[in-house]
Amino acid sequence: MTKKIILAASMAATLMIALPAVAEGDYRAKAIATFNKDFQARGQASIDRLAEDGLQLICNRTGNKPPEYIAKQMEADQLADVKYPADGKMLGDWKAGEKLAQSGRGFTWSDKPGLPVGGNCYNCHRISPNETSFGTIGPTLYQFGKLRGNTPDIQKYVYSKIYNAKAHNLCSEMPRFGRVGALGEKQIKDLVALLLDPASPVNK
Amino acid sequence: MKQNFIGALCAVAVMGGAFAQTPKKPAAKPAAKMAPAPMVEEKDAATLEFEKFRAEMEESNPAELFEMKGEEQWKTKRGPKNVSLAESCDLGQGVGKVEGAYVKMPRYFADADAVMDAERRIVWCMVEKQGFKFDEIAAKPFANANFTPDITNLVTYVAGHSRNMKIAVPLKDPKVREAYETGKAMAAYRAGPYDFSCNTCHGSDGKRIRMQNLPNLSTAAGAMKGVQGWPGYRMTGGVMLTHQWRMGDCFRQQRFPQPKYASDAIAYLLTYMIGNANGQVYKGPGIKR
Ligand code: HEC
Ligand code: HEC
Repeated sequence: MTKKIILAASMAATLMIALPAVAEGDYRAKAIATFNKDFQARGQASIDRLAEDGLQLICNRTGNKPPEYIAKQMEADQLADVKYPADGKMLGDWKAGEKLAQSGRGFTWSDKPGLPVGGNCYNCHRISPNETSFGTIGPTLYQFGKLRGNTPDIQKYVYSKIYNAKAHNLCSEMPRFGRVGALGEKQIKDLVALLLDPASPVNK
Repeated sequence: MKQNFIGALCAVAVMGGAFAQTPKKPAAKPAAKMAPAPMVEEKDAATLEFEKFRAEMEESNPAELFEMKGEEQWKTKRGPKNVSLAESCDLGQGVGKVEGAYVKMPRYFADADAVMDAERRIVWCMVEKQGFKFDEIAAKPFANANFTPDITNLVTYVAGHSRNMKIAVPLKDPKVREAYETGKAMAAYRAGPYDFSCNTCHGSDGKRIRMQNLPNLSTAAGAMKGVQGWPGYRMTGGVMLTHQWRMGDCFRQQRFPQPKYASDAIAYLLTYMIGNANGQVYKGPGIKR
């Protein structure tokens, strides 16, 4: 654990030396100072949310294009952190998953604090063909199971992708739902079922 | 007649699903259901319907009501110092001059030593020239169903006097340039529980959240979409809202804490966004979804 932190820290240091000519350097510092000066806590949205964690820092500093060797190492760290279900079963109830995918609730200053929160999935993805109001920030997931199969490997991949999207793509625009505690084991299983269960409308 | 239009608009307005929907306002989407699975370039049913209503409303733009109230407030002696803004407030074009002022802001004001967008500047004048208390203005800066703050009327009035003029943020001024670059860096800054930045949602072309189109603020065309129609009569809720409000609500969706009202932070972001829209024609306060 400590080793990992040291590694990440030293990588961050290397990165800063490796990219000394980042032109926006000064403005980035000014942007951060402005955030710290001009924002106030409201509801559950506390001021500490303005601070970058190690991953956000790397992505911010590199314009979301970290050097390959750093991306690979940090993705591996994120993947090692994924907590899979103790019973080894990845597939839950797709109907509950659909409900969760619909909801965009959670974590804003106007939301009541606490769980459960929504998955936000339809805000970014096309999923079930029955829902025609979907966002396009992420790729379509329609027919995901039909196209990718429902093998244990795929189940594990989808579980870990939802748990921590950054384990597979360091600067992905998709949140790290499991890692930040937005979605628990049961919720992630239900979402895996929505995408992979042959009975889910996604795969009809 | 106008009332009917507004009522109908409000009904249409609930269609798009908000990214951060609250339990109080579930995102109903009846019209969206009828739409075929849309392609990115195609206009969805909600957009078409909205455009139809907007065309019908062109004759009786609800923003004009707010402009009229704002004009009266601009010209009346008010506040503890009992002076009018018309005789005391310089929006960059000379004291009291509103013509073309809105499209030339944000700009740097030496008397305040700050880069200010239109709303921030008017608040500054209300405080410095008329003697109003900043904290009182900032306590309730945005409209709700029962209340429209004076500042909203004033901003709408000033914006109305830049109708059909070209956006001309003075980016050659080094202070404005610095605000622009800082705003650009702020728009790229990812943090918070979901790792979001403005660019997550507004950083590339042709993206949507549910049925809501997300303008790419880094392009001239996208930035103009983010400027056009503001301040706007918003069908969702049927209230008049300003750019300051829009910035705040996007930070809410970004899961960030709240930006302070009329702060550098908002002025810098607006300098970046409005600066990217330079050279394009602003059509005046309007209607927003
Ligand atoms: C803010 C937008 C956003 C949200 C919200 C979001 N995603 Fe994603 N998702 C993406 C993007 C962008 C990608 C593609 C880039 C990548 O792989 O990380 C993606 C990729 C994926 C993939 C991998 C696709 C593949 O071909 O391997 C899966 C599975 C997925 N998302 C599921 C979900 C589920 C389930 C939810 C809801 C819990 C969700 N996403 C919420 C943006 C989002
Ligand atoms: C999680 C997604 C998300 C993030 C992050 C986000 N926005 Fe938005 N933004 C939206 C949505 C949804 C709308 C509403 C679009 C509509 O009404 O059609 C919107 C609307 C806007 C508009 C008005 C567009 C118009 O058509 O008038 C502007 C300007 C804007 N956002 C700027 C920003 C800025 C600046 C930031 C960063 C502080 C930001 N947004 C962050 C989702 C987001």
